[in-house]
Amino acid sequence: MLAFIIRRGLLSLLILFLAVSLLFGMIHIAPGDPASVMLGPRATPELKAEFARRMGLDQPLVMQLGTFYARLAHGDLGVDPFSERKVSEIVFEQLPFTLILVLTAIGGASLVGIPLGCFSAIRRNSLLDRLTAVMSVAFIAIPSFVVALYLLLWLAVSLRWFPAIGAGETGNYADQARHLVLPAVALGLGWVGYIARLVRSSMLEVMEENHIRTARAFGLPERTIIVHYALRIALLPTVTILGMGIGSMLSGALFAEIVFSRPGIGKLLYEAVLTRNYPIVMGAVLVTTGFFVFSTLVSDVVNAMLDPRLRERPGE
Amino acid sequence: MSQPVLKIRDLSVSYQTEAGPLQALRDVTFAVPAGKIIGIVGESGCGKSTLISTIIRLIAPNARIGKGSILFKGDDLLRMTSAEMRALRGDEISMVFQDPMTSLNPVRPIGRQMADVQHRDALSRREKNARSESMLGRVGIPDPAAQLTRYPHQLSGGMRQRVAIAMALMAEPSLLIADEPTTALDATLEVQIIHRLQELQRDFGCSILFISHHLGVIAELCDEVVVMYAGEVVESGPMRDVFLEPRHPYTRKLLECDPARIAEPTRDLPVIEGSLPNLVQLPDGCIFRERCPKTIERCGLQRPRLAGDGHQASCHLLDTAE
Ligand SMILES: Nc1ncnc2c1ncn2[C@@H]1O[C@H](COP(=O)(O)OP(=O)(O)OP(=O)(O)O)[C@@H](O)[C@H]1O
Ligand code: SF4
Ligand SMILES: [Mg+2]
Repeated sequence: MLAFIIRRGLLSLLILFLAVSLLFGMIHIAPGDPASVMLGPRATPELKAEFARRMGLDQPLVMQLGTFYARLAHGDLGVDPFSERKVSEIVFEQLPFTLILVLTAIGGASLVGIPLGCFSAIRRNSLLDRLTAVMSVAFIAIPSFVVALYLLLWLAVSLRWFPAIGAGETGNYADQARHLVLPAVALGLGWVGYIARLVRSSMLEVMEENHIRTARAFGLPERTIIVHYALRIALLPTVTILGMGIGSMLSGALFAEIVFSRPGIGKLLYEAVLTRNYPIVMGAVLVTTGFFVFSTLVSDVVNAMLDPRLRERPGE
Repeated sequence: MSQPVLKIRDLSVSYQTEAGPLQALRDVTFAVPAGKIIGIVGESGCGKSTLISTIIRLIAPNARIGKGSILFKGDDLLRMTSAEMRALRGDEISMVFQDPMTSLNPVRPIGRQMADVQHRDALSRREKNARSESMLGRVGIPDPAAQLTRYPHQLSGGMRQRVAIAMALMAEPSLLIADEPTTALDATLEVQIIHRLQELQRDFGCSILFISHHLGVIAELCDEVVVMYAGEVVESGPMRDVFLEPRHPYTRKLLECDPARIAEPTRDLPVIEGSLPNLVQLPDGCIFRERCPKTIERCGLQRPRLAGDGHQASCHLLDTAE
């Protein structure tokens, strides 16, 4: 198992390196000159050149990338040209807000979606099954920012059940939790149905497998069969999707953070892109990509824990 | 003679298909006496698996049990509630399935699966493991203690099938049903497993219903044989009688194609020209007529009935002979 984690971890680092280099190139190829955007239309050419030199923008792209990695090796993500603060400081200040949002959303969605999918499979064509089918299609189809807006209008503005904006008072966990509810629901709602449908279809497939018939032929209690024999296998594809889903949730988080005026990586990134603040963009992208790669790593490790066949090297 | 463990009478089962009901079993009648090994032979698709899944009532969702009875120690399994049925499975009746590659759970260690099977016994995990270990030893698995922590994919096909047999014997059932348990194995392994089953049957005194494609295996292992064709029993009786004096033209063909008969058995059932009739639109008269070399006029008009005592067959020629 340890060997598996190490192998998988090294692969993750490689993926991270490739992804970040690619993104680095893309950001720099994108139109818009940071010096003009940041210094304003009236900046003199000398000022702009000086700015570009200070940010290393006059160097070839490969050199810039090299410098980026060299600094990264020392944990240095550069400096924000506006506030003169360290990028790493700014990014890690915002990261927890996004992490807790994404994890609450996906955790909540799994907690509801997995049992729902499981029941729908066992009681196929029951009322619950049909209801989940209809609801999930509806919720998957609605983009999360629309859900976010309506939740905001309805539960926060009209009913005043939940606070509308911000992330809550620092240090006051109850208040922070209350602030988390609406954005997490907005982000996770579509996933409930998605996870339920996914679990349902793989559950139906697994329940047809021969080893389930064997378990039945030994008169095992239905609960044991469902939980220990079937669900564990049925969860494998879902766990993979969840690992990847966290990546797409990070972009969903961007909308939720803007709509609910929550601090977070999404909001930070959004603002940095508008102002062509490359060091911040790179820092935020690095962290989110790292988080995405890490979550797929975790999902692979979880799968290997669930299924012994995955622990072995191919051909072993 | 004591009461048979299993007595099947006029059992008919069909599958709902798009073309209409597929009559997979029709009027199947035979018995499994206590402490005996009964073999069922017949080519692929003749309804062997349908028969045993009906016995333990784990049939496909589109299967319908038309009529008949399956008396197990005098009680009709077809009239039992699902709870009563569940209580019998893995206790009084246990099963070894056709494909050892897929019939064990891939994500649970062997030891856990064997402990799960003992779910009715009030033993500690440790005691259950000790029982599993000794049972694995008895079916001829080397180093049984080490196998308990392994997963099915880490064992060979033969080892897996032994595990499946050990699991089935764990309950000390009155009836063990084995659906082609050796077909997936090579010939030497097959012989080993057959001998092991014979020994175990003697030790535990259970009855075995053994399904096979393989005439040699049946001859080696079984006391009695049931020959099935296209969902019907065409001949049944003591193994020696059926093999030495086959009465039904189908049985004769099977044995004819196998010149060494039981001495040097072929791996699979011999191939007979022609194919199984369409089970959705059954022909009138005898089910074997299209492939039978000896048809007489009555064969197209009337369905023959299973006749004789002890050694039975269903063919019009037998009535005429008498
Ligand atoms: N779920 C099902 N729906 C429709 N037809 C089925 C179904 N299961 C089996 N059949 C048909 O019923 C007949 C008997 O099948 P069965 O599996 O019992 O045969 P078998 O003797 O076990 O064959 P084999 O030796 O290949 O295992 C076949 O014609 C088969 O195609
Ligand atoms: S009844 Fe007729 S067709 Fe059928 S097996 Fe006998 S001889 Fe052949
Ligand atoms: Mg079969």
